[in-house]
Amino acid sequence: MIEVDNLTVRYGGVTSLDALTLVFEQGTCGLIGPNGAGKTTFFNVLSGFVKPASGAVKAFGTDLLGLAHYRRARWGVRRTFQTEQAIEELTVYDNVAMVTSPLRGAARRADVLAAIDFVGLDVSPGTRVGTLGAGQRRLVEVARAVAGKPRLVLLDEPAAGLPEQETRHLAAVIRAIPGHTGALTILVDHDMSLVSAVCETTAVLDFGKLIASGSTAAVLRDEHVMRAYLGTAEV
Amino acid sequence: MAGVDTKATKDAATAARRRPPLLRRPERPVHLTVTAVLVLFVLFALPEFMSGYYTGYATLVAIYSIVTLGLGLLVGRVGLYSLGQGAILQIGAWTGARLLFASGQPYPVVLIEAGLVTMAIGTVIGLPAIRLRGLYLALITLMMAGGITVILATVNFPNGGGGFTGYNGTTVHIPPIRRPSIAGAETAYFRYAVVVALIMFLLVYVHLRTRPGRAWAAIRQSEPAALAAGINTTFYKLWAWALAAFITGVAGAVLAGQSQYLYSINFTTQDSIVLLAVALMGGVYNLWGAVIAALLMQLLPAFLQNLGLSYAWLDILFGIGVLLTLTTAPAGIADQFPKDMRRLGGLIWRLVRRPAREGAT
Repeated sequence: MIEVDNLTVRYGGVTSLDALTLVFEQGTCGLIGPNGAGKTTFFNVLSGFVKPASGAVKAFGTDLLGLAHYRRARWGVRRTFQTEQAIEELTVYDNVAMVTSPLRGAARRADVLAAIDFVGLDVSPGTRVGTLGAGQRRLVEVARAVAGKPRLVLLDEPAAGLPEQETRHLAAVIRAIPGHTGALTILVDHDMSLVSAVCETTAVLDFGKLIASGSTAAVLRDEHVMRAYLGTAEV
Repeated sequence: MAGVDTKATKDAATAARRRPPLLRRPERPVHLTVTAVLVLFVLFALPEFMSGYYTGYATLVAIYSIVTLGLGLLVGRVGLYSLGQGAILQIGAWTGARLLFASGQPYPVVLIEAGLVTMAIGTVIGLPAIRLRGLYLALITLMMAGGITVILATVNFPNGGGGFTGYNGTTVHIPPIRRPSIAGAETAYFRYAVVVALIMFLLVYVHLRTRPGRAWAAIRQSEPAALAAGINTTFYKLWAWALAAFITGVAGAVLAGQSQYLYSINFTTQDSIVLLAVALMGGVYNLWGAVIAALLMQLLPAFLQNLGLSYAWLDILFGIGVLLTLTTAPAGIADQFPKDMRRLGGLIWRLVRRPAREGAT
């Protein structure tokens, strides 16, 4: 469980997250909102790339904001990026094995291979990532996020730019992450069909504020959410 | 296993699990064989052909290949542009010479000690510098190189005197820096330097194939991804810096034994710049690039001298070379040459095949 309390992030004069208070319970949770709503900023705060102006984040009882980036990863935070960040020069195996892990030796190798297996990559672990296509690279990144006993997996638009069939495959993978790793998974995406297919609960941000949260189906019917996405008739 | 149940995936995964540990998979057996044959040739056959003149320069090639190896590691694998490797080499040479005059320790011990001292000094300098990147890191390391050159010009290189500096300006008979008992002659010392270089290449190779190599590759392509994966980027950058300083320090100590008399006038700040130029030309993404770079830096001048040409040609050649490298072949000669050869081979193959096909129809 992640408890976000009064989290505020400012970039100069822009308030990207405005006193955000929010709880993610368990399983796969969606985080949606129009462009500039603060979704990626929220991820950046959790993974340590952005220092908030104020507020607190407690993850499973740990004060996350007190840890340096790489210590957060050791604690169990994993994330993927909006622009995919698989390391081209390395093999699939090395790309996944680069993530920090409490496991050692044979157990660690087995864990890495299990992660590659889990995301359903149908290439040899010795293949160089530079030779793979966009969809496969995304899977490599997801495999990296589920290796090494994660506790919190943050996926930032993992399906961006993927064809429908690969998106469906990715959806199945993401849905299985909490069961496979026990980690709380948060998915940011613009693709509503993906979010409603994958997430049990969803939170909606607009201009750095939480405007709705709850079960995904209810949230997507919420009139505030419709207004944020589609605009209002009165204007 | 949860996830996606396609049979092909499972089969691939099972096949993968049966494989021996992936880090030790046999990589390019042809490449390995060629390397081994080349190393044996250099160690055993080459010294028989070379005159004393070229043996000395070939030893320098072995020594400088270690320096460019360290620089290539920093530039190519981690993305740290250092213009101070010439100064690091000087620190290694000074320390090596001082230890060789001061004690009768076995040569390999002195080499390791010189490497460690250089590593310590290099790391202390690197600690603040490493927080900078790109041009700023290059500038600050160049300043450092300038500073160290000035300090060593004042302190002078040891020449058998006493005290900390080991410099005795009034001596008429300067004793040479000693060489290992098994490698006193030029040819033997050449072989000795090649073996040391081999060990240093192996050391770096092992690093590249294991966790530090992965971390460096991640840092070079995407520091955010590295951080998100839990890689302590500052630590691994410093590790690369320390490793480069260590092997460069060892190279410096070998250099002390090679030249036997060290004069600060022979070391200039410009060396550091030339080092980066040849390292880029040789190719920083490939271990062979380091050897090519050392050949360019040390053997090319020897050829020019043999032909009676001025050294000034080198500056022009290197200038053009760096421009060509950066614009047409960023991965350097080590990457471009095999590609060009393959293309040439393909061209010849097509030329040979075409008349045959025409004859058939």
